[in-house]
Amino acid sequence: MARYIFGRILMGIPILFLVITAVFFAFRMIPGDAARIIAGDEAPQERVEQIRRDLGLDRPAIVQYGSYLANLFRGDLGTSFSSRRPVALELSERYWNTFSLALAAITLATILGVGMGVISAVFRGQPADHIVTILALLGISIPVFWLGLLMMQLFSVNLGLLPAAGYGTWRHFVMPTITLSVFSIAFITRMTRSSLLETIQQDYVRTARAKGVRERFVLLLHSLRNALLPVTIIVGLRFGYMVGGAVITEEVFAWPGLGRLLILAVAQRDIPLVQGLLLVFAASFVLVNLLVDIFYAFLDPRIRYR
Amino acid sequence: MRRRFLVPIGRFMREHRLATFGAVLVLAFLVTGIFAPLLAPQDPNKINVRASLRPPGAEYLLGADNNGRDILSRIIYGARVSLYISSASVGLAALVGVSLGIFAAWYRWSRAIIMRLMDVLLAFPGIVIALTIIAILGRGVENVIIAIAIVQTPQFARLTHGLALSAQEQTYVEAAVAGGESDLAILTRYVLPNILAPIVVQISLLIPGAIMTAAGLSFIGLGVQPPTAEWGAMLQLSLTWGRLAPHITIFPGLALMLVVFGFNVLGDGLRDAMDPRLQGRS
Repeated sequence: MARYIFGRILMGIPILFLVITAVFFAFRMIPGDAARIIAGDEAPQERVEQIRRDLGLDRPAIVQYGSYLANLFRGDLGTSFSSRRPVALELSERYWNTFSLALAAITLATILGVGMGVISAVFRGQPADHIVTILALLGISIPVFWLGLLMMQLFSVNLGLLPAAGYGTWRHFVMPTITLSVFSIAFITRMTRSSLLETIQQDYVRTARAKGVRERFVLLLHSLRNALLPVTIIVGLRFGYMVGGAVITEEVFAWPGLGRLLILAVAQRDIPLVQGLLLVFAASFVLVNLLVDIFYAFLDPRIRYR
Repeated sequence: MRRRFLVPIGRFMREHRLATFGAVLVLAFLVTGIFAPLLAPQDPNKINVRASLRPPGAEYLLGADNNGRDILSRIIYGARVSLYISSASVGLAALVGVSLGIFAAWYRWSRAIIMRLMDVLLAFPGIVIALTIIAILGRGVENVIIAIAIVQTPQFARLTHGLALSAQEQTYVEAAVAGGESDLAILTRYVLPNILAPIVVQISLLIPGAIMTAAGLSFIGLGVQPPTAEWGAMLQLSLTWGRLAPHITIFPGLALMLVVFGFNVLGDGLRDAMDPRLQGRS
């Protein structure tokens, strides 16, 4: 097991390194004079020159890349153009806000998704299955920002039950959590249903039935445990995406997280800040995947000996 | 010939009622987008200050927005923008992704480079990739198309790579190689035609994602720019005006959801029809 974990950690490093490299060179591909474009058409020449120096655009690309890596190693992600503060500080101030929202959303999505998926599979072909299937289809089809706006209209404007925007108490969490989780609820529901229907056809389930194990136990003990293995991967994947994918939800509810920071950074073409955000998103994604893989190997011994 | 083509369609419609409903929604979307100028009752950009935020009624069937522009006409023209962006971006993504996938499968040396690059793109949520491209290229319809195409390219590359790997092991490919045909001829005439069907299904499954991402970008103000009528941009107005006039929130979002729903159920149905083993599973 220790060897497996160590191997997986080693596998995560090249991906992160590739992301760092790709992100770095992507921003060197800005067509034309990058410094001028970032500064905007009306900016004075000295501002353009300052950006050129800040980004090191006056040096050869490979030298820039080397110093970027060296700085990164020391935890220096550069300075934000717009706020003139260190990028690392900007990120650390907001990371927890996004992380806590993503954690709440993935918890809700897992409970509801697995629950509805199991109901749907157990009552296959019956009205409950049809209702869940349609709900899941609506869930992957509804635009998140529209759902957010509608809930805001109903619960904040009309009923006055929940705060429309901002961050602070648990009441601020309710609508953003639902909004961020809806797609994942639907996605996990569909995965759980299909995975469960697949395991029900496996030999070991048939054996359990033949032994005379009660149907309820067949389902819960023999099928569900195995059916949930692929679901854990999906849950991890969705969670990894949520840390970066909360962009639109955060915008709707004015949530002071990383997603909103990304919108701001892109609108102002604050390149060091965008780069820093991308690194945080990629690192979260790789880390979550690593944890999921380890958890999976823990659950399913077959993986460890592959 | 016509009969041969129509019979399977008839059977598909009987066996996949929901998918057929989806096809109707998709068709309505296509017709609306293509014939927008004929269908829209008003000029979508005509400002009428006195009609500002007017609720649905005889003159403005779905009401008017804060500038007194007809919401129904803006939704109809918005379909055109969505249709243009989604078909262009998914088309571009399919072209690039399928080429990369086939290339990586055939030329072993390129596999690691191409597929690892795709892994990098897949390590981010689509909206983050799209925003990054916008940060590099700037706003505007063309850049939104490029951004979404880059988001979806890995999906096509991955699928195609897997399909091409098994297709190129077939005897007819071996025969073509033995017959001395060029690589290009083998890939375009023997490999590609045999993996086309799942790629078409993939296109129908990815169009809703493209529509949604484009609307999301416009909603946060970094996609299609005002005053162009676009569903996401229309919903952006709701952040300011929504509490005064719920109708400006409800209708554009409903249009967006119906179209995405239509594509999703149609895509599901097509996938099931192609692979009966998956029937009713997902």
